[in-house]
Amino acid sequence: MRDFSYLRADSIEAARNAAALPGAMLLAGGTTLIDLAKCGVAEPATVIDISHIEGLNAVDVTADRALIGALAKMSHVADHAEVKSLFPAVSEALWQAASAQLRNMATIGGNLMQRTRCPYFRDPANFPACNKRSPGSGCSAIGGVTLGHAVLGTSEACIATYPGDLAVALVAFDAEVDLGERKLKVEDFFLAPGATAEQEHDIRPGEVITAIEIPGSAAARRSTYLKVRDRQSYEFAAASAAVGLELEGDGRTIRDIRVALGGVATKPWRARAVEEALKGKALDEATIREASELAMEGAVDHGANHYKIALAPRVIARAILKLGETA
Amino acid sequence: MTVHDMKHAASDSARLEAVGGRLSRVDGPAKITGAAHYAFEQQLEGLTHAVLVGATIAAGKVTAIDTRAAETAPGVLAVLTPDTIMALKGASDWFGNPPALSTYCPLAREVTFSGQHVAAVVAETFEQAVAAAALVKVWYDETPAIVDLSDGKAGDGIPIDAMAKEWGDAQAAFAAAPVRICAAYNTPREFQAAMEPHGLIARWEGDELTVWEPSQWLDGMARTYAEWFGVPFENVRLVSPYIGGGFGSKALALAHSAVAAAAARMLGRPVKLVLNRPQNFTSYGGRAATRQTVAIGADRDGKIQSIVHRGVNETAVDGMWVEPLGSVTSIMYATPNFSSKQNVVRVNTVVPGAKRAPGENPSAFGIECAIDELAYELGLDPLEMRLINYAEQDPHAKKPWSTRQLREAFAAGAEAFGWAKRSNAPRSMREDRQLIGWGVAAGTYPVRRAHGEAVVNILADGSVEVESSSIDMGQGTYTILAQTAAETLGVPVSQVSVKLGDSHFARAGVTGGSRLAGVMTGAVHKAAGQALDELIGLALSDPRSPFHRLQANTLVVKDGRIASPRGEGPELSIAELMSVVGRERIEAKGDTLPARTTPEERYANYTTIAKSIPHTEGDYSRHSWCAHFVEVRVDEDFGTVRVSRVVSALDSGRLYNPKLAESQWKGGIIMGIGQALLEEGIVDRRHGRIVNGNFADYMLPTNADIPDIQTISVGIPDPHSSALGGKGVGELGIVGVAPAIANAVFHATGKRVRDLPITLEKLI
Ligand SMILES: Cc1cc2nc3c(=O)[nH]c(=O)nc-3n(C[C@H](O)[C@H](O)[C@H](O)COP(=O)(O)OP(=O)(O)OC[C@H]3O[C@@H](n4cnc5c(N)ncnc54)[C@H](O)[C@@H]3O)c2cc1C
Ligand code: SF4
Repeated sequence: MRDFSYLRADSIEAARNAAALPGAMLLAGGTTLIDLAKCGVAEPATVIDISHIEGLNAVDVTADRALIGALAKMSHVADHAEVKSLFPAVSEALWQAASAQLRNMATIGGNLMQRTRCPYFRDPANFPACNKRSPGSGCSAIGGVTLGHAVLGTSEACIATYPGDLAVALVAFDAEVDLGERKLKVEDFFLAPGATAEQEHDIRPGEVITAIEIPGSAAARRSTYLKVRDRQSYEFAAASAAVGLELEGDGRTIRDIRVALGGVATKPWRARAVEEALKGKALDEATIREASELAMEGAVDHGANHYKIALAPRVIARAILKLGETA
Repeated sequence: MTVHDMKHAASDSARLEAVGGRLSRVDGPAKITGAAHYAFEQQLEGLTHAVLVGATIAAGKVTAIDTRAAETAPGVLAVLTPDTIMALKGASDWFGNPPALSTYCPLAREVTFSGQHVAAVVAETFEQAVAAAALVKVWYDETPAIVDLSDGKAGDGIPIDAMAKEWGDAQAAFAAAPVRICAAYNTPREFQAAMEPHGLIARWEGDELTVWEPSQWLDGMARTYAEWFGVPFENVRLVSPYIGGGFGSKALALAHSAVAAAAARMLGRPVKLVLNRPQNFTSYGGRAATRQTVAIGADRDGKIQSIVHRGVNETAVDGMWVEPLGSVTSIMYATPNFSSKQNVVRVNTVVPGAKRAPGENPSAFGIECAIDELAYELGLDPLEMRLINYAEQDPHAKKPWSTRQLREAFAAGAEAFGWAKRSNAPRSMREDRQLIGWGVAAGTYPVRRAHGEAVVNILADGSVEVESSSIDMGQGTYTILAQTAAETLGVPVSQVSVKLGDSHFARAGVTGGSRLAGVMTGAVHKAAGQALDELIGLALSDPRSPFHRLQANTLVVKDGRIASPRGEGPELSIAELMSVVGRERIEAKGDTLPARTTPEERYANYTTIAKSIPHTEGDYSRHSWCAHFVEVRVDEDFGTVRVSRVVSALDSGRLYNPKLAESQWKGGIIMGIGQALLEEGIVDRRHGRIVNGNFADYMLPTNADIPDIQTISVGIPDPHSSALGGKGVGELGIVGVAPAIANAVFHATGKRVRDLPITLEKLI
């Protein structure tokens, strides 16, 4: 048997201490960790079960901010009344993610830490080369099946897509992740691969995510998450967009707009160029479509994923148009 | 072996329980409550666990295997390699052809596909076996693989002469036709994707082998095991009371089956081996990838003058699979000139296999899209196009149809769907940002007939037992055999228990090709009839029977009670009669074989498919038929296709149980939606390996992808097809769904997608 030790942490302090051990991995809902252990990708020396720590699953929402504990379940946050009314994009991103069964198990902290769905990453027995798994070994995806791979934020080392939904909405609304000693913008918490594909998050040994905090805003209140995929449910995004909109008193001039992309980039991707191009402009379909194209500046495809470059701007535009229709 | 109890309100029960009644599945409660034990759930003393090691190359030689680390890992009992696994004998194929080689090694020295089993570890626990399997090191001498049909090294393949069909002068007539279309249609490698994985538990007791394994064909698989191990057929017992989905994949004993049975023999302990999900994509074949070109020439009024069809399917380097691509092409439409030829191309894959409606399914995708293209070429309504070319008899066999309610299917489907409101031009229907398309396509499946055998016992308490080695993989065998026995004997269904899934019961052939219901209702009807005759004979002739003195010719049995036809005189329950005449049981074995069948022929009938009866035997051509009407909504920005409505009208002849038939049809239609829009085994062309071999990445439709499906039965009893008038149900539903969707997508968008699946990147 592949042996590992199991520790149950009863407090955040205990979890932090244990998390500093070499080869330690936290276990929350287990939907990523156990899956990756079965694939032979995760081989923890110590599994630290944090799922019993009390007080880490609270969801507290006011007009100013949403504070979501790391152990809150995806399904609970998705259904939370104030999250729905004050941060609709967050709720929508969650309920369109994974399946009902997974959402009932999976936690918000674990969700931020989910790994890429790159098929080569997940099959070490057949594809030893993967810089994300073993730095310097190469990338099996480049030149292979790249249908789901990223077109933004890639490097020669890795082109794996960040697969999650929630973090896309978090990045759009300047959310922060609370690591105890440190608080980081979610946008900075995720790292593009560069030459160090193995480093996906700015998290250090001994750090545990305790909560995320999303500042309230008019744009967050009028927001949506649009996820496009072949299968209507239970599939990762071919492309997705989290969009928030605030209009001037005239009801058609854009005062504030937030745009972030999923399914097309190596990390949850804020499309600031689109935001800048639209601020102060009228909510008009042609303008929106033209501005949405700016999100793809610098995009690089690897053959089969070329379609994402055409698709992503349309997803942004349609998300904005949808918000425009819901006055 | 299983017993099911069903209790119904007396008022409804007669109607529900008769053959043709909508009785719910009698095995349903056992499945819902967890009382149904599947093959892998056997709890055996001393059970060990085997885990397979798969090749990481697609072609080449195994040069060395280092098993030392695995052998010394905790709990490991044996590490099997091609050199250490016991020698097996070659087994004949499913047609009964003798093996090409006298020996068989289920672990590969020569690797012909990625994932092929090269070694196996047996340990005390599953976890120990998994961990030790990861320690087995294999070295290869890799050679270039032919990864798929479009591989430059693949070539044109091997012509399959038996598939060629020709009449008239198709090439010349096509060249001379005033209106012509010619297009190429491709379907990818698809997988059966049953929820229950493949696997088995094997136990030897002396020279007797018991195998608990999900199986669509107990007798055929028992024969293979018997031949591998050189033991008499009777020494092998297969047990498979429930099957968690087969869709064609569970009819044969496969390499992994041999590994487990060999390990059990070598260790003298029972062995359990269950394929993990990725192994379920490489250990047995899904539907072969296919390529077809269809050329149709027609008059200006739409009458077809010629069809020229060429097809190719992939097969394995070391195994042959022919997916008959001209099967629907050659019978769906009347044409004076026809030509169909087919090649198979060897690629480095596991041997492809049967998946729901093998042959008919991809064949219909070609011809049913092509006829739609021709309709648009002519500016005709695609439904009208089909009616103009309606085949009044089998154009290939030149025989009348036994029954063909396809015109009725078109009419009923069109009416229920509202087809008359369709505007023919592509892109002419929309709602907001959704383009709407309506498509139609027809489907068909031949009536495959064979012979079956059943035992019907009447017991002292008046209850009835039906026994057969046939199986129920969810399609409803338990239920319809209970209905058949109950109706024939005149007892309520609650008095009948059906026992299936044990090869020691009365014999049955393969459950595939939609033949089982027709075969087994016939056999049970016959056996039950014999039991009834014996019961009545006893009642009339035994001096202890109160009917003895009546001097009547016959008696009737109704609701489990025996009486004279006119109702005068005594009335007894079956139990009462059995008691007064002092009988413990009445046993009847019935089969549908001709009277002078030899034991060898019987054996061949049940353990090979060589004896199935051609659907064009005698005076008629026998098929089921259907017409699918589909509405799709295509997002104009995203290219995502959603099926929003399906109406299908189907002719499966007489339905033994409409509720079960409808759920089979709907299952087929749902599978067809998956095939049209989602399913594809994606191959890494450098490594010849499927990279989406799991249920997160191999896309099957979810509930959200499936709209309300309306099915309409337009069948009439077909006495030429089966004893009770039914035709095939299970395979039919999927045939024609993918082309109906592809045609609807064209109607919505003006784009013809001729490569399945129709994913968003093909439409964007
Ligand atoms: C088939 C499938 C489909 C899916 N589809 C989607 C989808 O469409 N969209 C989507 O967004 N997601 C999807 N997911 C991913 C899913 O959302 C994640 O698996 C889940 O959110 C992980 O949460 P968990 O609590 O189960 O994490 P775990 O598996 O317990 O942990 C995951 C990782 O996070 C670490 N971790 C957990 N908690 C903390 C913490 N508090 N601090 C620091 N590290 C921590 C663990 O050490 C581990 O490395 C899918 C997953 C599967 C298996
Ligand atoms: S894309 Fe990244 S994760 Fe995938 S194989 Fe390459 S390095 Fe590994």
